[in-house]
Amino acid sequence: MMNVITINKQDWARGLERAYDSYRLFGPVKQDEFHNFRELVKGELPDLKLLNTRLSAKSMVYPQSEKLFEFTLDENREDHHILKEIHKDYSSRAVIGIRPCDAKAFLLVKANFDTPEYKDPYWIQSYEATTLVGYACNTPCRTCFCTTAGCGPFSEQGLDMLLVDAADHYLLKIITQKGEKFLNAAGWSSTAESDAAIHKIETMKQAAEEKITAGISTDKLKDKKTTELFEAPFWEQVAFACINCGTCTYVCPTCWCFDIQDETFGRSGIRMRNWDSCMYPLFTLHGSGHNPRNIKIQRVRQRFMHKLKYYVDKYGNGIQCVGCGRCIRHCPVNIDIRKVCDLMNNFEA
Amino acid sequence: MLAYIAKIKEISRRLLQEGSVDMVIGFRKGTVPMMNEPCFVKTPQDVDTFVWDSNCGINLANYLADRKEKIGIVAKGCDSRNIVTHIIENKIKRDQLVIIGVPCKGMIDRRKIQALFETEIENVIEADDTITIKGRGFEKTLYKKEVLQDNCAVCIHRNPVIHDELVGDLVEEQKGVDRYEDIRKIESLSPEEKCRYFDNLLSACIRCYACRNACPLCYCPTCFVDESRPQWVGKSIDPIDTRTFHFLRAYHCAGRCTDCGSCERACPMGINVRMFTKKLEKDCLELFDWEAGMTLEQRPPLDTYRPDDPDDFIT
Repeated sequence: MMNVITINKQDWARGLERAYDSYRLFGPVKQDEFHNFRELVKGELPDLKLLNTRLSAKSMVYPQSEKLFEFTLDENREDHHILKEIHKDYSSRAVIGIRPCDAKAFLLVKANFDTPEYKDPYWIQSYEATTLVGYACNTPCRTCFCTTAGCGPFSEQGLDMLLVDAADHYLLKIITQKGEKFLNAAGWSSTAESDAAIHKIETMKQAAEEKITAGISTDKLKDKKTTELFEAPFWEQVAFACINCGTCTYVCPTCWCFDIQDETFGRSGIRMRNWDSCMYPLFTLHGSGHNPRNIKIQRVRQRFMHKLKYYVDKYGNGIQCVGCGRCIRHCPVNIDIRKVCDLMNNFEA
Repeated sequence: MLAYIAKIKEISRRLLQEGSVDMVIGFRKGTVPMMNEPCFVKTPQDVDTFVWDSNCGINLANYLADRKEKIGIVAKGCDSRNIVTHIIENKIKRDQLVIIGVPCKGMIDRRKIQALFETEIENVIEADDTITIKGRGFEKTLYKKEVLQDNCAVCIHRNPVIHDELVGDLVEEQKGVDRYEDIRKIESLSPEEKCRYFDNLLSACIRCYACRNACPLCYCPTCFVDESRPQWVGKSIDPIDTRTFHFLRAYHCAGRCTDCGSCERACPMGINVRMFTKKLEKDCLELFDWEAGMTLEQRPPLDTYRPDDPDDFIT
């Protein structure tokens, strides 16, 4: 393991073609003006001419709307009102061209969906079926701050393989057994490269990291008093512009919250789960009618406190953010998590 | 632009100093190219935060509903029309406001501009009629009027319709603009083609509600899509539910929409959401000779009844 191989670009396409026989393949595809992940059809290649996808890759494992059970309300049927699990396809799949930030995000999300106490069967089965073929960032965006968010443009965390575009050819680093398996399915020559190739990746990695100029400081978050941050006066100004839409949470690779819904049509029905957002008032509305986060400032504060304080304290593995910058790029009113993080990290009560 | 900024600061400082307002709502410089952030200022020292340029497309009237303070608000043509609508609909009182009018020549469309370049835009420098775009390995100067937001390109009310202060001379209104070319095109489609058109239009929707929440008209305490007892609309990205949301929202805006373009600007998926509201805006103009937010003296057509209201559409 930890092999690096060279693939010329024609072989890359041929290998993916071969991999279709044993994997469902997903990759970035450009539609209109931006890229998003979707399942590729045989013969279709992932479009790797991109900075990053508009939506993160989280939906590859955790779809925005996922059907869990079906049921019938028809009392003439013996199985009426009984939830029956919907069969789902957990056959092997590979996500090609996922950026290192999105791959690292799966590890953060895993901390919630796969714990000794609670195991989310849908997320886990889906995740285990998935091989992540990462795509190193040679030209990170100006809004990327991954290097100060526990990640990086060539980070291997959460990845099974890392693809590096070395202009006229690719270098592919095999990181895990899943990666090894995918390599065999694709049939790329597995002769290990020399130290020179490994050195080349190292050089490109450094060059990419140096291009990242944006950063955050998170060193003091852990020692801050939760109650003091909670009461900090800056929330009023931070929250003012917020329109409380769900954009930041939906484009985020690490936001994991969902809502369970039953939907019926005639006498048949399904139970499904949909992404939810802490930006929405309904997210916290109690059955009694009481809403503990009834006003905007409380909801905005919740999102940042969760990512930058509660998560930090609960899991002890850093912030719940990988620095992909999507929320910065797509917030309709330009609320910038880097600024908020600095306000929190530097806050003195 | 620079003259506008100086004037916005000067007026805001004065208003705060003399205590005629508790806060001024305007824009501060954004952290990414072609974006600014709505903000408020409460002390004369802080007015230097304010900026103005062609990236102030968010409608600030959205920040007024139900506020109790005395407020100074920076308002371009469309914002001022939504302020009028807010006053008519009792969301804010006229005497709570000092309206700082900004004659506007249109806001630039950051997505349209980004689409012109292969790589990321790193810096945008604005002059009177042009913007210069810089990125890794390229630099290009464009005329602003070529890259305006779609709604700004066909705007015929650039000057504030209501204001207490003015940051510059009124600008010439655009004449001879064909506002509804796109809508007529959709109107001419067969029902099946229309259905396909709207399905395609909405296929990227992620139900984030940025369009609704950026809209000054959408101030309902609980939106119909957020009702849970009973729940009217499904929460998934099922196309029927998504369509229901967009169509109903548009109807709620009939006779009230000023085509400010905030909805479209806010959409993270680049959906032309104005295609819904604009049809209703066209109908209101044709049926009732009505443009929203132009006067405080008249009730909007959909909350008044006249015996001679057109009814040809009832069969």
